[in-house]
Amino acid sequence: MQFYIQQILNALQVGSVYALIALGYTMVYGILTMINFAHGDIFMMGTYVAFFFSTLILSLVVGIHPIFAFVITMLVAMFGAALLAVVIERLAYKPLRTAPRISVVITALGVGLFLENFMVAFKPVGPAPRFLPPLIPAVNYNLGGVTVSTIQIVIIVVSALVMILLDTIVRRTMVGIAMRAIAWDKFIVPLMGVPVDRIISLTFALGASIAAVGGTLYGMAYTIDPYMGIRIGWWAFISAVVGGIGNIRGAMIGGFILGFVEIFTPVFLPSTYRDFVAFSLLLLLLIFRPTGILGRPMMQKV
Amino acid sequence: MKGLSYFLLVTIVLGMALSACQPAAPTTIKVGLNLELTGSIPVVGESSRNAAELAVKEVNEAGGLDVGGTKYTIELLVEDNEDKAESAAAVAQKLATSGVLAMIGPNASRNAIPASVVAESSQMPMISPWSTNPKTTKVGDTDEAKKYVFRAAFIDDFQGVVAARFAKDELKTTAPAVLYDVASEYNKGIAEVYKKALEESGVQVVAFETYTTGDKDFSAQLTKIKEAGADSLFLPNYYSEVPLQVQQAHKVGFSGAILGSDSWGNIELMTLCGSECDGYYFTTHYAPDIATPKAQAFIQAYEAAYSKTPDDVAALTYDSFGLLFQAIQTAGKLDRQAVRDALASITSFEGVTGNMQFKGTGDPVKSAVILQVKEGKFVYFMNAAP
Repeated sequence: MQFYIQQILNALQVGSVYALIALGYTMVYGILTMINFAHGDIFMMGTYVAFFFSTLILSLVVGIHPIFAFVITMLVAMFGAALLAVVIERLAYKPLRTAPRISVVITALGVGLFLENFMVAFKPVGPAPRFLPPLIPAVNYNLGGVTVSTIQIVIIVVSALVMILLDTIVRRTMVGIAMRAIAWDKFIVPLMGVPVDRIISLTFALGASIAAVGGTLYGMAYTIDPYMGIRIGWWAFISAVVGGIGNIRGAMIGGFILGFVEIFTPVFLPSTYRDFVAFSLLLLLLIFRPTGILGRPMMQKV
Repeated sequence: MKGLSYFLLVTIVLGMALSACQPAAPTTIKVGLNLELTGSIPVVGESSRNAAELAVKEVNEAGGLDVGGTKYTIELLVEDNEDKAESAAAVAQKLATSGVLAMIGPNASRNAIPASVVAESSQMPMISPWSTNPKTTKVGDTDEAKKYVFRAAFIDDFQGVVAARFAKDELKTTAPAVLYDVASEYNKGIAEVYKKALEESGVQVVAFETYTTGDKDFSAQLTKIKEAGADSLFLPNYYSEVPLQVQQAHKVGFSGAILGSDSWGNIELMTLCGSECDGYYFTTHYAPDIATPKAQAFIQAYEAAYSKTPDDVAALTYDSFGLLFQAIQTAGKLDRQAVRDALASITSFEGVTGNMQFKGTGDPVKSAVILQVKEGKFVYFMNAAP
């Protein structure tokens, strides 16, 4: 029993990170019907912002309270990633707004490759793996045979809070309503006075800052390197599709499903089957329920 | 360039000094070096060249090598293989036709394997200091041994055997577990040999878990390992991944001993692992703080000449020369065939990296070293006899 509780905790930890990143894919898709393949690399950039800022703050301010250091690092990483995402959107995607959708997807792939290779070539980063400096002291608690670490608790709790916050923003605020309106109809909504370009930029910023939260949390548990966004980006993308791309709650559910696939495949099968199971799930879902778990079929407007 | 011209000057002066001592006809033995001086691992090539020059200098300063009553000085022909398979083969070809008695190098298996094919077909003795891939000394994909190709390092599989014996005898493990990268030949080979060796000695491996290169989350496998009641964990994986595995093992509550292979031996392991790796062990070729007088003499001479601690490539290159010199003296004549035969039948050679012996094949029977991670340093723990 403890064995399965332990594995469920492991799965929640991994799933939280996938869910946070899947949100960025799904939000951008919802508003632009575009898959932002650079999103995994924006996650990576956000993590490096957290890396440099936390190194700086821990060396400058001696004896800083860990929770304060963690929160401020996360906020700076969110801001950095949001800024980067808005710049990318303005420079690379906006000029292609009327171009065929495939052009934007290819541009996004190009942006991703650019970010990865820029970071490899950039001297202070380079290809070597690193850890984020220990912002929150890692302590293991043993609860009746199940080991829970502070890092694990922080990852799961912070992710849950951010997801609830985002869900509220999208459902309750004016910005959220505008986002959903644009997703509903891109042509009529501007006529109602909704500043479409600004809302699109805001969507990118929001998606990127949530990815940066994921990055900060990820960096506390795993090593970071410039290529870290590739695999996680793919898994988060599958999460978004499994949950129903375009649907925010779907992305969260999808993230946790993929987290469970990642952890429970090696429990029952050899670990080499993991990607096989994940992509089979994707294929089966696309055959039997192409819109994902919570997605609604898109009506072709004439 | 400055370093090079300085080196040339020293060689010339040294050469003049030596020829002044021996006014008789200059008798030299040419030895080729096939090294990775440029490319992705230039540090390996540089260490190897430094050690080679040191070995040759020592012999020449002592008046040369006594072969059948005549003193011969050693002359090095240093060639760069650019860390490319095709250049390594081309360099081997060039050396084979330029009258060298034997070739030392290449170091990386990816270069040593193509070069060994050339050495074998041109019947030129070759010693690779550092190559650990079993294929270097084998003919094609068969199990037949090449006749002219030798190495100073032990082969990958041997580490699995050493680690298994260490786990059983020193760590007293009764429930060993393994986590390894199934997509990498090196990790997989060692892991499988480790499991086999333990089970042959009567200890059952309780968990044999895999992952794939690039994975960062091992919590599922490690939880399984803990659930299986493992009291030791073998991680024959690269230094960039080991810290994560160790940390996550601690996170799921694993508290047994952890053991690794020579892929741990990079100082990066310390920067990533911090104190979490403290007290763990890994098998490798050589330890800079090993206590044998021969090794100490080498380390002191190397540090005096290049002001840095010799790494495993340097030590193995130095031993390759030691092996070659001993074989030449045993052969008693400057003939490739005779030197090859003498190498293949070396029954005892005391090297910097331990005692070696050849039993008909090009793979030495030698001991491995077990190091312990202690306060951010790799510390010699014990010798593991073959």
